[in-house]
Amino acid sequence: MKKAYGLVAAFDTTPDFFHACEQVRDAGFSQWDALTSFPVHGLDAAMGIRRSKVPRFSLAGGIIGFCTGMSLIWWTGAWEYPLIVGGKPYFSPMFAFPISYELTILFTAFATITGMFVLNKLPMHYHPVMKAPQFVRALDDRFYIVIEANDPKFNPAQTRTLLEQIGGKDIAEIEE
Amino acid sequence: MSSHSIDQNAPAILAEVRPADVPRPALVEHHRDFHWITEKICGIVEGKTPVWWWWCFGVATFVASFTVAGLIYLVATGVGVWGHANPVNWAWDIVNFVFWIGIGHAGTLISAILCLLRQKWRTSINRPAEAMTIIAVICAAIFPVFHVGRIWFAVLPGFLFPFPNANAIWQNFRSPLEWDVFAVSTYGTVSVLFWYIGLLPDLGTLRDRFTAAGNMLKARLYGFFAMGWRGSNRQWSNYEMAYLILAGIATPLVLSVHTVVSFDFAVALIPGWHTTIFPPYFVAGAIFSGFGMVLTLMLPLRAIYRLEDLITQYHIDCMCKIILATGTMVGYAYSMEFFIAWYGANPYEGFTFINRAFGRYDWAYWIMVSCNVITPQFFWFKWVRQNTTLVWILCIFVNVGMWFERFVIIVTSLARDFLPSSWGYYSPSIVEIFTFFGTFGVFSALFLLFIRFLPVMPMSEIKSVIPAADPHGAHKH
Repeated sequence: MKKAYGLVAAFDTTPDFFHACEQVRDAGFSQWDALTSFPVHGLDAAMGIRRSKVPRFSLAGGIIGFCTGMSLIWWTGAWEYPLIVGGKPYFSPMFAFPISYELTILFTAFATITGMFVLNKLPMHYHPVMKAPQFVRALDDRFYIVIEANDPKFNPAQTRTLLEQIGGKDIAEIEE
Repeated sequence: MSSHSIDQNAPAILAEVRPADVPRPALVEHHRDFHWITEKICGIVEGKTPVWWWWCFGVATFVASFTVAGLIYLVATGVGVWGHANPVNWAWDIVNFVFWIGIGHAGTLISAILCLLRQKWRTSINRPAEAMTIIAVICAAIFPVFHVGRIWFAVLPGFLFPFPNANAIWQNFRSPLEWDVFAVSTYGTVSVLFWYIGLLPDLGTLRDRFTAAGNMLKARLYGFFAMGWRGSNRQWSNYEMAYLILAGIATPLVLSVHTVVSFDFAVALIPGWHTTIFPPYFVAGAIFSGFGMVLTLMLPLRAIYRLEDLITQYHIDCMCKIILATGTMVGYAYSMEFFIAWYGANPYEGFTFINRAFGRYDWAYWIMVSCNVITPQFFWFKWVRQNTTLVWILCIFVNVGMWFERFVIIVTSLARDFLPSSWGYYSPSIVEIFTFFGTFGVFSALFLLFIRFLPVMPMSEIKSVIPAADPHGAHKH
């Protein structure tokens, strides 16, 4: 007998799903998730998720990118091999700006995507919910709420009743 | 917010005047549901390869072989196989480069700028437009990389990328050409990343459908690139933030790329190039040509795959209006260049513009003006925008016109520079013509591969704009 991962309930319409998420949030669960095939507007608040931390990665990436551009051009032109070109100074932030600007954007993009993957714990090619037969419709046209068994408030019978009360259909247990 | 959500906080006058309820055009017609969208888009990837696809792919690869042959001949022989000679040392290579880079810009405009402006109609066209961007950047990159001749020097020791050469001298970072290397390679990289992030949820859908169908090879393949995406809202939360930031940085990026491309000319002293109007003029022209290419690709795609419910008349109208707006900006830039050439009282500048319109390259100039200034004006008329065949033909003229714009700017100015003793007339060599002709094959072949193997439209984004996606019920908006 495998260990239970949690309970899953299906919903057919966006409003039903949205209100169900609000009720699960208000019931005080923390280890639970909502599966949807598209980003539902306002669902973060309905689930009680805090603002994403991706921008911190982006800011760090942008600063590193800008400094990389400036220091690359200063180091090559004014330090490693100072060479007079067109009677212009060895280094000036003016002509170094376009390249630093592009590198700011490049490094921000890499940092943003890295941040998204790290915070989402991707790549993760195995996950208990992906094994469930109903999962194929999660990225198609149905909505699911999954409450994990290791949530402190989880109780197989009571949680099942809660999911029924909030309008969940096809409630089933998922194995680890 | 729509006009019919009159709440308590609204001014009292609203109840009296009862503003007309102007319905927004549907972004997906015939009230299609979530499942229909999934079936429609995934069906293209999952279905058997159509016969027309093989024919088109065969023709495209044949045309692409002209580029391959031209480039092999160039590398084996030398850059002299192109028709450049004093004083026109820069011609079709830079013309083609700017042409293809410009085409790419519409894809980023749709995916980034329209995302920030919350233009929901972008959802069904952004994926193919972004694919077009990436492929156009590939076609563009061919020219600057190969114009160095010995392409193995493009990277190390760097003709282009920052590595010191044999004398330990570094690139000249004061040169706009070096800025261009960074601008274009950043643009290509960020476009690929942005496109890939957009693909992630849809690859997850394909993985699950292939798994359910028992096709484990394809499930593994798509699953590998889907990175284990499972549509959890905890993932969506970070995803949406990352997407927004990427849109936010791609917007200044796309504007900077064509600005830097225009610096290649504007920073030089050649009459006709040395003007401050170049950055905005080039960006407007890039978006103009890019939308021309988006419609050139999208209209056949819509007809072949019966995507009329997803690319509606409203989408076509919006794109035609952007072509009209940017085409008019380009027309304004042409006339303003002429005005400043006269008003600036610089005899060289004045001569250049008279020479463009009435010199030996006048044929190119008038092709440019008729294609870029007159063609878009047809889009004022609703009946023109509703005739997709006519829209497609007009967009072909836009593509042609924008190629000639770059030709006129680059070649006429170089052929008649300051010293009459060095004047010349440039004609392309057959190798140049073949190499450029072949890039259309490269472009088509890669685009055909895209529509065959990847979801042509972002399913998750289209689902989020249909009325059923509203968490507060469709009636309340």
